[in-house]
Amino acid sequence: MMRETLFANGRIVTPDGPVEEDILIRDGAVAQIGRGLDTTGDIIDCAGSLIGPGFVDLHVHFREPGQEWKEDIGSGSAAAAAGGFSAVVVMPNTDPAIDAGHLARFVLERGREEGLVEVVPAGAITMGREGKKLAHLDELWAAGVRMFSDDGDSVEDAGLLLRAMEYVAEIGGVIAQHPEDVGLTRGGHMHEGSVSSRLGMAGLPAGGEEIVVARDLALVRLSGVRYHVQHVSTAGTVELVRKAKAEGLPVTAEATPHHLMLDHREVERMNPDVKMYPPLRRPADVEAVRTGLVDGTIDVVATDHAPHAAHEKDVPFEEAPRGIIGLETAAAVVNTAVGLDPVLFFQRMSIAPAHIGGLNSHGRWLEPGARANLVVFDPTAAWTPDVFVSRADNSPFIGRPLQGRVLATMYDGRVTYRDGKVQR
Amino acid sequence: MKHFLTTDNVSRDDLESLLDLSDEFVEVLGRPIPKVPALRGKTIAMLFFEASTRTRLSFERAAKALSADTMSFSPSTSSLSKGESLKDTALTIKAMGADALVVRHKSTGAQWRIADWTGLPVVNAGDGAHQHPTQALLDALTVRQHFGTLDGLQIAIVGDIRHSRVARSDISTFSTLGAEVSLVAPSTLLPVDLDGWPVKVAGSIDDVLDVDVIYLLRIQAERGGASVFPSLPEYVSRFGMTRQRFDRLQENAIVMHPGPMNRGVEIAPEVADHPRARILEQVANGVAVRMAVLFRLLGGEVHDA
Repeated sequence: MMRETLFANGRIVTPDGPVEEDILIRDGAVAQIGRGLDTTGDIIDCAGSLIGPGFVDLHVHFREPGQEWKEDIGSGSAAAAAGGFSAVVVMPNTDPAIDAGHLARFVLERGREEGLVEVVPAGAITMGREGKKLAHLDELWAAGVRMFSDDGDSVEDAGLLLRAMEYVAEIGGVIAQHPEDVGLTRGGHMHEGSVSSRLGMAGLPAGGEEIVVARDLALVRLSGVRYHVQHVSTAGTVELVRKAKAEGLPVTAEATPHHLMLDHREVERMNPDVKMYPPLRRPADVEAVRTGLVDGTIDVVATDHAPHAAHEKDVPFEEAPRGIIGLETAAAVVNTAVGLDPVLFFQRMSIAPAHIGGLNSHGRWLEPGARANLVVFDPTAAWTPDVFVSRADNSPFIGRPLQGRVLATMYDGRVTYRDGKVQR
Repeated sequence: MKHFLTTDNVSRDDLESLLDLSDEFVEVLGRPIPKVPALRGKTIAMLFFEASTRTRLSFERAAKALSADTMSFSPSTSSLSKGESLKDTALTIKAMGADALVVRHKSTGAQWRIADWTGLPVVNAGDGAHQHPTQALLDALTVRQHFGTLDGLQIAIVGDIRHSRVARSDISTFSTLGAEVSLVAPSTLLPVDLDGWPVKVAGSIDDVLDVDVIYLLRIQAERGGASVFPSLPEYVSRFGMTRQRFDRLQENAIVMHPGPMNRGVEIAPEVADHPRARILEQVANGVAVRMAVLFRLLGGEVHDA
């Protein structure tokens, strides 16, 4: 007996724009696209919604192994499904860090066990993310790692980073950098500018991000590696990436939903749910990041989903850990803040991130034969985030009206989210 | 008034009314029995999570002069050192029956969080480098006692403004009350972005010796203020209130300092001890303004003792 699911009455997003057709899924793949399709299997009414390839997030923290009280691969996968994602790349800043093959295989195995979303680890660039010697890059590659990052910290030593770049250029994959010069950011809690000055808080200047990207671009010229800038937050970084692309360097970049919507004035209320790295920047930076996302300087939206337990955030701002969750609000925030047309929206949320992350069964326009990874997204639905599927609720979007809602998610032919519930 | 957390956005009328009430408490403190029963039966908890001598004693004196009971707390011997969270500490003290909290904390905004958690009236006795609103009131009261008003006065604040909660509270208070404020510091001790601040900036203390009030600040080494200029002698040569500079001030000008002072750095010893240095008057006025603030928060009636 073949298993079928019919997504009816929606608008399927194709490279040429949305078309009003039904889509029939059979045995994990797209079987048929057309009008008036029928099935004896499950039917999901998608009236008014877009149907496109499942979202892909190149930047999440699922905290497993080591900090499962914040999130684990199960709760994180559920949050991803609820957010419309069919694949996520988890950052290696766990305890222990993902710096060797067996650790990467553990994460992959745990992801498969949960089965809600494809969970692929990024590998650390250096052992223990300590910036001293190279991680087991070959082992990580063999295990399936395609992105390497010491996320949470920059690789500070330019010589070591260049060796990593040369090595990764040879085996394949992409070097992703968390750009932060600690000499400029040490002790800082928020963007260094007018608001930090009023609050008397030590700041993280825009230059603390830009100086690392500028240096790394010089190393990219030397090594030829594919290089990905994580969480771009300043107008200066957008400009650096724009020029690098014009020069023809193999550079890509991501921006978070929060850096597309919120600026540093949010910190005036000193709520730890707006504390993250990079910090919320000036309104002009938000505008530049939006422009970069539209014109393609920034290739992808990535959430930097960073769960922390409630008690860890229930402290004064300066004492709170950095990071906010983002998976369940990402699509709505991007839709509300930038309002991309449907093709561009799926480019930035699915097609481009799958390509950069080497996630070959994701980020494919929906055509007969494609793996059935898809999302049903109603771009006009208004809602206000309140409770979360994630184990954590450190979100600045609680109580903030958003437009656009994920109605259903399918991962590898199985409905993982529907009717407001994760389908385990 | 539910809390007293910041001087930002406090109106001129509200500031002047607090200063008028403070004047009444100055009178009370001058009586043979300097005490009124206004807050009898109220308990005020002093939560100083950061070291303090003058501010803590000043609040205790103010509370006792209003006949309130006080509870206090010492961070080094407290359960915080056993890993208790700030929230649990605050809720524990609330459960013991505190009616109001006076809080100093090294983290910006800690008092706002405590106010949310406990629902109790909170007085900010200094948060990080952000605000110290009762200091600003006592400073304004000291200036007003000398000049009758702040309207039209020129006030220069000299020193480590970047790391100073006193400066942030003073700037808004002085300018709301009609004074013109200048900031004097090396750029490394100024806030990074002064856009929208009601201030002028000068690069040397010699540029502001014609003002009515010189307000000196200590270099806050503990907040990172020490590593941002080359040496103390170089600092003194550009920003120190030396005897020679003091002699060039206008005849009626006064010198102020929130304490603790570093004699020989921002202020020469002879200046600190001069009658036109109002440093001890500031300390004395601190008790009166804190009485005014506590009285406003806990809403008692004034009875003669």
